[in-house]
Order: sequence, then structure tokens, then C-alpha cells
Amino acid sequence: MPPEARTKRPTAGSGIPASRANVARPVARRGGDPASSSPVFRLDDLSVYYGSFKAVRNVSMSIPQQQITAFIGPSGCGKTTLLRCLNRMNDLVDIARVEGKVLYHGVDLYDEQVNPVEVRRRIGMVFQKPNPFPKSIYDNITFGPKVAGVKGNLEEIVERSLRRAALWDEVKDRLKDSAMGLSGGQQQRLCIARALAVDPEVILMDEPCSALDPIATGRIEDLMEEIKTDYTIVIVTHNMQQAARVSDMCAFFTAEINEHSDTRTGILVEFDRTETMFSNPQDERTENYVTGRFG
Amino acid sequence: MIGTTPATYAPEAVRKRLQGKRFDAKGFAFSACLLAALLITVTLLAVLLYDVINGGWSVLTSRPIEFLTGSLSSAAADAGIGQGLRGTFFIAVFVILVAFPIGIGAAIYLEEYAPSTRLTRLIDVNIRNLAGVPSVVYGLLGFAIFVKALGSFTGPDANGRTVISAGLTLAILVLPIVIITSAEAIRAVPDSLREAGFGVGATRWEVIRSHVLPYAGPGILTGTVLALARALGEAAPLILVGATTGFLSGGDSYNLASLQGRFTAMPMVIYNWTGRPQPGFETATAAAIVVLLAVVLVANATAILLRNRYEKRR
Amino acid sequence: MAPRPGESGVLSVESLKGAPGRFRKESAIRRVFFAAAATSILISALIVLSLAGEAWTFVTQVDYSSLWTDGWFPRRGMYDVKTIFVGSILVTIVAMFVAGPLGMGAAVYLSEYAKPRLRRTLKPILEILAGIPSVVLGFFALTWISPEIVQRLNPESSLFNLMAAGIGVGILTTPLVASIAEDAMRSVPQALREASYGMGARKVTTSTKVVIPAAVSGLVAAFIIGISRAIGETMVVAIAAGATGGSLFNLNVFEPGQTMTAAMASMAAGTDAVKGAGLTFQSLFFVGLLLFLITLLLNVSAGRFVRRVRQRY
Ligand SMILES: Nc1ncnc2c1ncn2[C@@H]1O[C@H](COP(=O)(O)OP(=O)(O)OP(=O)(O)O)[C@@H](O)[C@H]1O
Ligand SMILES: [Mg+2]
Repeated sequence: MPPEARTKRPTAGSGIPASRANVARPVARRGGDPASSSPVFRLDDLSVYYGSFKAVRNVSMSIPQQQITAFIGPSGCGKTTLLRCLNRMNDLVDIARVEGKVLYHGVDLYDEQVNPVEVRRRIGMVFQKPNPFPKSIYDNITFGPKVAGVKGNLEEIVERSLRRAALWDEVKDRLKDSAMGLSGGQQQRLCIARALAVDPEVILMDEPCSALDPIATGRIEDLMEEIKTDYTIVIVTHNMQQAARVSDMCAFFTAEINEHSDTRTGILVEFDRTETMFSNPQDERTENYVTGRFG
Repeated sequence: MIGTTPATYAPEAVRKRLQGKRFDAKGFAFSACLLAALLITVTLLAVLLYDVINGGWSVLTSRPIEFLTGSLSSAAADAGIGQGLRGTFFIAVFVILVAFPIGIGAAIYLEEYAPSTRLTRLIDVNIRNLAGVPSVVYGLLGFAIFVKALGSFTGPDANGRTVISAGLTLAILVLPIVIITSAEAIRAVPDSLREAGFGVGATRWEVIRSHVLPYAGPGILTGTVLALARALGEAAPLILVGATTGFLSGGDSYNLASLQGRFTAMPMVIYNWTGRPQPGFETATAAAIVVLLAVVLVANATAILLRNRYEKRR
Repeated sequence: MAPRPGESGVLSVESLKGAPGRFRKESAIRRVFFAAAATSILISALIVLSLAGEAWTFVTQVDYSSLWTDGWFPRRGMYDVKTIFVGSILVTIVAMFVAGPLGMGAAVYLSEYAKPRLRRTLKPILEILAGIPSVVLGFFALTWISPEIVQRLNPESSLFNLMAAGIGVGILTTPLVASIAEDAMRSVPQALREASYGMGARKVTTSTKVVIPAAVSGLVAAFIIGISRAIGETMVVAIAAGATGGSLFNLNVFEPGQTMTAAMASMAAGTDAVKGAGLTFQSLFFVGLLLFLITLLLNVSAGRFVRRVRQRY
């Protein structure tokens, strides 16, 4: 595959919500060297276990702010596992356990005092298969703000979130209809809108387009491009072109076979700017993977 | 299978081979036996219904109001089931108020909260085994606890042999059924729905209340209605907690304070009348059965249809 | 909305703690649900405790010679447990002769042969049959099965007899056996059937040589649960088997007899308290404990079989 990663240009903050319009945006930070911008996440020697099985080991990396970071790698190398550590979604799996640190703006997410519910409000998630609640479009969006105790104007939140997710025009006349009646692509955009409605800082996306056709995929990619001015996005994808198209930073994982047991543990091979990853990877395994010679 | 390879591929020969044996006698006999098993069962149900409806028809048509509201009596011509219906009604109230909330709560705990520990597994196995304990043993439990030990609370003037004892006993009897069926309904809620809820920062309870319970609602409703129907039809525990088998004077049972008084219920009325040698009681029993069956089977059928309806929609 | 940490520059553990009220409520709710689940343990404990005390009194005080007499007449101090135990066994055997073939046959038909539409009508009928109260079947056993079936088979038999009771219990047990057996059959993966058909096997061969062997643990479990249910059934026997006061030892199913369950019911039925010679009251609990242990054993072993099917697929 030709390295066709586009260089990211900082776009003007056109669609910034009113609440944040007055915040000075350090433009130089975006698209620049990740090391220089203060990271949103710092993973410090992170290992994840399911029971006694080590799914991912010794991952250290910094995820920069207001950029799109892509996780790529072969199936089963622990991308989903790692992603779900970033908002403590793995707490829902009984046997899951982490070692090492996940620092979110310097705060250890796995600190005793930290409440996972609060974490997930700030770090939203979009799942592989669109999973709208079997309720109305309106209720889908308002559920998050309601449980977070937002007293303000819910209609406004609904409209703003749907506009941001580029879904408003398609559904504005049927907000009270069931979300299950939407097409797959619309459902996924609704899920993104639902995540945006609680005003998170980070949005984690686990293969958000894998259940969608190319046109719907294109719309979601445009949407990510559009909202990254306000959000930090981490996306898992199997689609190399997608990673190249949308991401600023790219992490390649692979699974190494454990010597004594017949299991595989995921490791981080390389993490760099997307252009570098696709044009001039440092590691041979990365090169093989991105050029399609893997396995 | 070399022998079956056709020697010639002439269309006629191939067609013949593909037709195979016209009549598969063994297969036919097997399926006929199976169908017979099913039909015998269904026929027995039909005969039973015919038998009781036919038997009770004269009573239900000749004096319907008197029969439905009348008191127990030693004369078949005067006997009515009013007191039995009243007892059955209160038993239903107890089951709904006691077994449903505890049962659904337990199911929510087991499916949504419980970590997979030894204790959880113990509770789980325990509930399954409780569901298989014979009803007469529950009767003994009710007798020992609600009649003997707590008699001063359940009915000081009736030695504890009251509808309170009976209602609590039957609530305990159906509790495992409520838990098991509710837990099944909750388990059928897709995880993606829960993750969606957690993903926007909801707590466990907020996810349960807003998404899990509404989704599992029809299934839970079905299970609880089936459990209720079971409770209304049970007689053995009532015998043990001492439902009246003789007859109740009107003043004794018709004022509400007599929740703490002697009582009877539909299954007990039927049991009692079945054993009576006096003429006329066989038709009265059949009539009482028709009434009980109407209540129980309508509840059952509604629950089952409701469930099938929702299953199809998903 | 909370300020964004990256922009304001500060984020502390404090700000990720969340509103305390919301999370206190959360843990209170959790405790309530735990209490509900723990009730089941409490109930089991109560069952065992309430049975064990009086049963122990019985075991320690009863004159052992009265445990081996000509019959079960608790009010006269004759506690021949074998009479009612054998009565239970006889009724259960008759019941399983009815429920075994009918239940299994119905299950195999519904799972392997019935077209979806037929299945959609027949299955609910079976489920409705499962809801018929046992007093009703008792009445049916006495007024129809006994005269129309049993006394025709054997004109010598009395109106109250163990045979009619057993058939009634069998009818009552059939839907239960059918539904568990059908679940077991349907949990056999479709791929296994297709593999068999793919080799040119007929339907009957597929059912008997592939599906049934694959589901056999579940079918055994269905049968065991049927037995457990039949042993625990009270009202049909209490009504149709006669022998209210007590029963002589009897192996003839065409004669009246008594089971453990019916013995309990008949001791408690009647007027006010359980009356009779010294230990009548305690013997009630002894029989109850025995019954509890037998059904528990059966249910636990059935659970083993069910789990074996689950593990395999
Ligand atoms: N809930 C779980 N319990 C036990 N093991 C799990 C669980 N979830 C994932 N695993 C294991 O952890 C490893 C990593 O899984 P993960 O889903 O993170 O991989 P992935 O990179 O996202 O794969 P894919 O690209 O196929 O989505 C796999 O070996 C998987 O079997
Ligand atoms: Mg994945």
C-alpha cells in the first residue's frame, strides 16, 4: 500500500460549542510533535490480564491531545483490551486486571479513589456494532446528560450533539421515533452523538466502521476529522487505509507467542506519527504489516 | 458406497435413483409413535377439560351467582366458593407483594451485580435446588415457622392457621421460580446495551433501571405470572398450614380483620369437596375446578402468549 | 459541565471521585439486592432447621420396633416407613411409565419433526398442561382415570388405587419432562444434524443415532427431574389413592395405598392440630426431611447431567 497519509492541517475551530469558545487553543500544539504537547494519557508499563492469561504486556506510550490516535495490529493482539482500559470499561469484565499505570492528565485512573463512572463520563466510547438503546432518538441522546445530572436545556444538547455528529438534518423531524429504525450508518452516528452529548474530552472508538458500508464509513471519517478540533480520539481499526486517512498518530501492536503455553500476548511494536509509520517504519514487523505482507 | 454409484447416467435412471425408496417404513413408524405421544398428552388435556366442564356445567348455569359468592356448606345444593375465592385472592396479594419484589431483586443481584465468587455460585445452586423441593415440604416449613413459631403474629386467635401464614408460605414456595425466570429474562439482555449505558457514564443501577429492566420486562412479567398461577393452584402447603377443611361461619371470615382468622382457598375447597360422599358434591367440585382452571389457565396462557409475542419481535 | 482538565490545566483524583450522593445511593441499592438474593440461603436454612429439630426428636425417641410393623398408622403409633416409601416408589414407577414415553416422545417430536407452525401451537398447549393444579388432576384421576381406565384394565381394582394416582401424577409430570428434554435436544448444534444429513442419513437415523446420543445427558436429567417431581407430588395421591388414615403394607397397585407425601397431608388434614399418639407430630417432620433429602439428591444429580450437556456445547 502506498503511504498516502495526508498531512493534517489544523482547521479553524469553526464548530466549537459556546461553552468552550473562549478557551485559547494552542494551535501550535496540534499536528506537532506529540512529545511536545502535554499528553492526555500516559500509559506506563501497562499489562492487562484476563485471569491468569496475560493479554497485553508492558505497553508504555503517550496519547496526545486533540489528535486522532489509531491502534492497528492483527486480530487478538489486544487493541480492544487496551482501549477499554482507557475508560475502565474492563472493570465490567470480572476477571480482567491491570498492572502498571494509566495516567489521565497525570491522574492514575486506577487509583482507589477514582470512580469508573466518572471516568467514563469524561472518556466516552463508541463500539464496534452500533448499539443504540431501543428507545427514541431523543432519549438516546439525553440519557447520558440526565444521569450526569445536567439540568440545562436538553433540547439544545440534543440538537448540538446531533449536528456535531452530522445527523441532525436526517432525523430532526423524527426525534421521538425509535432509534432502531435508523440505518446502520445513522445508528453509528447516533452513538457518536450520544457520546458527545455528555461533553467528554476523549472519545474511544473500537472499529466504529467495521459494520458499515463504504459510504457510511466515509461519513464517519469526515465526522471524526470534523470533531477532532474539540476532542481527543483514539480509534482501533483493521482498515489500514482508514488509519492512514484519519489518524495523526498510529500505534502498531502485534501478538507474540508465549514460549511455555499456547497463548499469545500483545505488545506495542511501534508508535509514531502516522506518516512515519506508513512511509518509514522503524520496525520490520510494522513494515510488513502496513504493506500487507503480514502473516 | 461404490455399489450405489449409478452404472448409467441416463436421465431416467438418475431420476429413479434420486427418488430413493418411496416409503420409509421405519421412519414413518418412528414419527408416528412420537406424534402419538404428543397427541395422547394433548387428548388427555382435552378429556380433562371436557370432564370437568361437563360435570360442573349444571351448577354454573343453574345458580352462578350463589355458587360464586356462597359460603362453604355441608349441603351440596347450597355450597358456594365465595370463601375460597377470597382466600385465593389474598394469597395472590401476598405472592405479589412478597415474592415478586424479593425474587426480581435477587435476580437482578445475581445477573447484574454478583461477582463470580463461591458465595454467588452457592446462592445460584441453592436457588435451583429450592425450585425442586416438593410443595408439601414448603407446607411443613410454613407450618413450623408461620403457624407454630410466629403464630402470635400471623393469627393469635386461630393458632396461626391463617391466610397470612398461607400467603407467606406460598410466596416462599414460588420465590425460586420468580428468581430463575427473571434471571433468565435479564440474561437475555444483550451486553452491548449495558456497555452503551456505561459508556456514557451511567452507574450500574442507572443502566439497570433505564435499559436492562425495560428490555427484560416482558420476560420477567411472564415468569412472575406463571409463578403466581402456580401459587394459586397449590393445595398441599395449605393443608399443612391448616386451611379450614370443614366450613367457615360467615362472620368469621367475611370481615377483613379476619386476615388473622380461619380461612380457606380454592384448591382446598376442591380437595375438601372431592372427598365428600354426599350426592351433588361431585358436580359442585367440577364447577369449582372450572372456576380455578379459568383463573390459572387464563393467567398461564396470557403469560405464554405474551412471551412468544416478544420472542418473535426480537 | 465540569471544566476540561487539559485546558484548565489541573485534574486531581478528587475530580474523578464523582458526586458522593449518587454513589452512596448506588451502594445502598446494591446491598438491597444482595439481601434479596441472600434470602434464598435463609429459606434453605429455615427448611433444614424447621425439619431437622422435630425429625431429630422423632429419631431419638421413637421405639424402633414401631418402624417395622404391618403398616403406616401414625395415630396408633405404627410408623412403618417402608409402607409409605414403597407406596411412593410404586406411584413413581407408574408415573414414569406414563411421563417417560409421553414426555420424551413429545420432546423428540417437537424438536426434530414438528414444522415450526405446528410447534408454535403444540408447545403452548404443553405448557398450559404444565399449569394445571394438582388437585384438579387428583379429581380427574379419581373420577375418570380410575373408573374409565384402571377399573377397565382390572375390574377387581378398587376405586381408590395407586395405579390411578400414578397415572395422574404421570400426566402431571409429562410436560415437565417434555420441556427439559426438548431443551436438551434443541441445544444440540444444528451443524451436527447437517453433518448427518450431509452423509445421506434419514431423519429417523439422524434423530436416533446422532441427536439423541448427543443430548443423552439432558434426557437423563429430564427423567430424573420427572422422578423427583413425581415423588414429591401430593394432592393427586391424597385424593385418588385412598388410605387417608393410614395404610397397610401393600405392593398391589390396584389397591389403595399411601405415599410419603400423602401421609404428610393426611396427618395434617382434618381438624385443628396434628393429633394422635405421642410422636405423630414429629413423624410428620421425619417424613418431610426424608422427602426433602431424596428430592434434593435427585435434583443435584440431574443438575450434574444438565451441566454436562452445557459444557459439551
Ligand atoms: N473478556 C475476556 N475474557 C478472556 N479473554 C479475553 C476477553 N476479551 C479478550 N480476551 C483475550 O484477550 C486477547 C486480546 O483480545 P482483544 O479483543 O483485545 O483483541 P483485538 O486486538 O481487539 O482483536 P480484534 O482485532 O479481533 O478485535 C485475545 O486473546 C482474547 O481472546
Ligand atoms: Mg477488538
